[in-house]
Amino acid sequence: MAKEHIDMNTPVIEMRNIVKKFGDFTANDGINLTVHKGEVHAILGENGAGKSTLMNQLYGLLRPTSGDIIVKGEKVDMKSPLDAIAVGIGMVHQHFMLIQPFTVTENIILGTEPTKGLTVDMAKARENVIEISKRYGLDVDPDAKVEDISVGMQQRVEILKALYRGAEILILDEPTSSLTPQEIVDLIDIMHNLTADGKSIILITHKLKEIKISADYCTIIRLGKYIDTVDVSECTENDLADMMVGRKVSFTVDKPAQEPGDVVLNVKDLHGVDYRGVEILKGLNLTVRKGEIVGIAGIDGNGQTELVEIITGLKKGISGEITVNGVDIFNKPPHFGFENGVSSIPADRQKHGLVLDFAIEDNMILQNYAKKPFSKNKLLQRNIIFDYASESIKKFDIRPGGSEKRPAGTLSGGNQQKVIIAREVQNDKDLLIAVNPTRGLDVGAIEYVHKYLVEQRNKGKAVLLVSFELDEIMGLSDVIDVIFDGQIAKRLTDGQWTESELGLLMAGGGDHE
Amino acid sequence: MNNKKGFIDFISTNKVVHIVLSIVLGFLVGAIFLVVLKIPVGAAYGKLFAPFTNLKGISYIIVYGIPYIMTGLSVAFSFKTGVFNIGCEGQFVVGSMAACLLGILCPNLPSIVLIPLCFIAAMLAGAIWGIIVGFLKIKWGINEVLSMIMFNWIAFYLSNFIAGIPAIHSDGSAEATKSISENAQTLLSDETIANLGLCPTANWGIIIAIIMTIVIWFIIEKTSLGYELKAVGFNKDAALYGGINVNKSILLALAISGAMAGLGGALQLMGMGRRISIFSSQEGFGFAGIVTALIGCSNPFGVFVAGLFYGSLMYGGSKLNLVGAPTQLVNVIVGTVVFFIAISVIFTNLKYLKGLFKKKEVKNVNGGEK
Repeated sequence: MAKEHIDMNTPVIEMRNIVKKFGDFTANDGINLTVHKGEVHAILGENGAGKSTLMNQLYGLLRPTSGDIIVKGEKVDMKSPLDAIAVGIGMVHQHFMLIQPFTVTENIILGTEPTKGLTVDMAKARENVIEISKRYGLDVDPDAKVEDISVGMQQRVEILKALYRGAEILILDEPTSSLTPQEIVDLIDIMHNLTADGKSIILITHKLKEIKISADYCTIIRLGKYIDTVDVSECTENDLADMMVGRKVSFTVDKPAQEPGDVVLNVKDLHGVDYRGVEILKGLNLTVRKGEIVGIAGIDGNGQTELVEIITGLKKGISGEITVNGVDIFNKPPHFGFENGVSSIPADRQKHGLVLDFAIEDNMILQNYAKKPFSKNKLLQRNIIFDYASESIKKFDIRPGGSEKRPAGTLSGGNQQKVIIAREVQNDKDLLIAVNPTRGLDVGAIEYVHKYLVEQRNKGKAVLLVSFELDEIMGLSDVIDVIFDGQIAKRLTDGQWTESELGLLMAGGGDHE
Repeated sequence: MNNKKGFIDFISTNKVVHIVLSIVLGFLVGAIFLVVLKIPVGAAYGKLFAPFTNLKGISYIIVYGIPYIMTGLSVAFSFKTGVFNIGCEGQFVVGSMAACLLGILCPNLPSIVLIPLCFIAAMLAGAIWGIIVGFLKIKWGINEVLSMIMFNWIAFYLSNFIAGIPAIHSDGSAEATKSISENAQTLLSDETIANLGLCPTANWGIIIAIIMTIVIWFIIEKTSLGYELKAVGFNKDAALYGGINVNKSILLALAISGAMAGLGGALQLMGMGRRISIFSSQEGFGFAGIVTALIGCSNPFGVFVAGLFYGSLMYGGSKLNLVGAPTQLVNVIVGTVVFFIAISVIFTNLKYLKGLFKKKEVKNVNGGEK
């Protein structure tokens, strides 16, 4: 990648030997970071490696336990984000902080309104916004209400907000996590416009592809420790992944050939409605057999969410038949399905998968708290629960270790997912339903989740995988069912599928049955 | 262990310290009012704390504290299980009335039968009062806070109505019910009271309050039932996904919470009140339970201490006019304490002071080198 826009003689940010401790836990352990003028610098690390902690210190949200932060050659001690903004640092958070009913301009000037007498000079504000927007190709409508514009546009508003406040260094926290592929391409263009104008960008991410496309340098953090800073153009995606995880990472899953057994899950002529009461499942049929992974591929909103909610008992269906090992579970409460062989990794891990305020050990027994050995005579057996959690934490490499008594909400997303997987896999049911099981996870965690799903299949379990990641569906499935408009449009069994074939079927094209 | 951490860390992270600080600030604000009113602070607070110095005073504090402990437990339990039992007031009233009716209508049952019967009736009445509200919520989605406030008033007028029924109403001139049978009273014997020099209403209700404190703690921390109720309280969706019957849990939580409030009503009646007056406004034992639960951090043992603290203020407050201080001073103090507990996050911010101290230290070191 061309680097002529980088001024290597002008470091704008230097973080030296940053240590941040929370009680006995060291989140950052001697991290160094240097960012130059005009550079896109990626911070790469697994979930929970300490990336966000590091950036929160740079943005004044946290103060380092020790170490120095130097901005444009001057040592700074930032007590709040206001101090960070004052020295030209802006941050775009993963979750946007915009006021929905306000217009784009109103959001951007909030807190720094230009005034004319006692009134806000909206005309001037609007001009400024248009001017900055044009300069960097942001192309934002200054008069649109935030609630009416797309997520990608909202992100641009956040970037504009930072630029409007005079930011020269932009921190982007997982900026692509909620964007569509086209929006990601546009964002990368905008980043290049910004660096061409001498701005610097710090990109927090665990998506290797995007680092390769957009970043000049990359600093890798592992378990809170500084690993290395590398020139991105001299590394492959594999190199980056290996450094991040600390071992060789495999992108493909080994899966021995295996004959599937009896039918476990049988869904016949299922009808159901979505949250608005509109029919979304229109007579869907599906079977999953022992020892196979059936992948459901489809564009969001074609009924896959409702399908899983009805099978797991979180939602009632209108009509149809659902059996697990021959037992009717249609429109039965969740625990009935569980007792009869259904376990699931839910799509929304914080809503359905975990009680965030509960300790890890309590989350490990969410379905089994009242059963032996965890309860005897209605009394919780605390020692047994603790030992079980300890064992699971070790076996499933949940980090940080020894976190049995920590609330689940304090873990990183990847480790929260590991808690759910540890629980569901150890529940040892005949059917495992996994919905977007790797969303938001880094490559190391993804590899790990995939390994467990395949292991369940190899043990003769039936696995139903619903995912929006086509790579995941194609890599793991023995059978792919393409869902379109509330029905299975096509069942592919030969393993010879391609992305373009699936894409066509998912969009309602191709050879329907 | 705390040696490693600094003093400010200790203050900014310890919840108990926040509560104590809030209480201290409450008394400070109270003192400001006293100074403005030109009443000697020492004399007023002396009166407030005087009961702690002798056995008689302590027995008053305990007797006053019993109902607050019980309503505090009721609200604390509801907090832990994700419902906000603002209907504690009404449950207290119906519990009290249930015990009162038995105490008046079955005067000849022996104590050993009548007293437990009163307790059970009061708990049932409180539990039913809670369950009705829970049912309205589950069946028709009616917001429980609204219906609870209405049910407080229904309980209030129901109690006044029952107290006015000729068979129940006092034969004398008092606007109250008859006194309950001596067999239904929990008072200590006159001899014991005289020998120990206790207050005239000294009763053994506190033993029930202690037992219930332990029972509530045990349910929350040690049983699978407590797990279930807490799971629903923290995250209904995950509880449902985990196979817990959410609606049943909500009803059960309200029933247990209501039973504690109802029992509180019975203990208050059978020990201290002995009859129920026709009131013109709500007495506020239930609402005080919210305060007690907040001061006690929703921890049953914390609530126990907070209930006694509240009782001591109520008793001490009634003596304030002896030194010319308004009895409302106690409300000022309690209000301020709750206010500071509600914004106790400000104490967490004390950690920023540490930065100031550190900077100064560094400067001093540099100065020394020069």
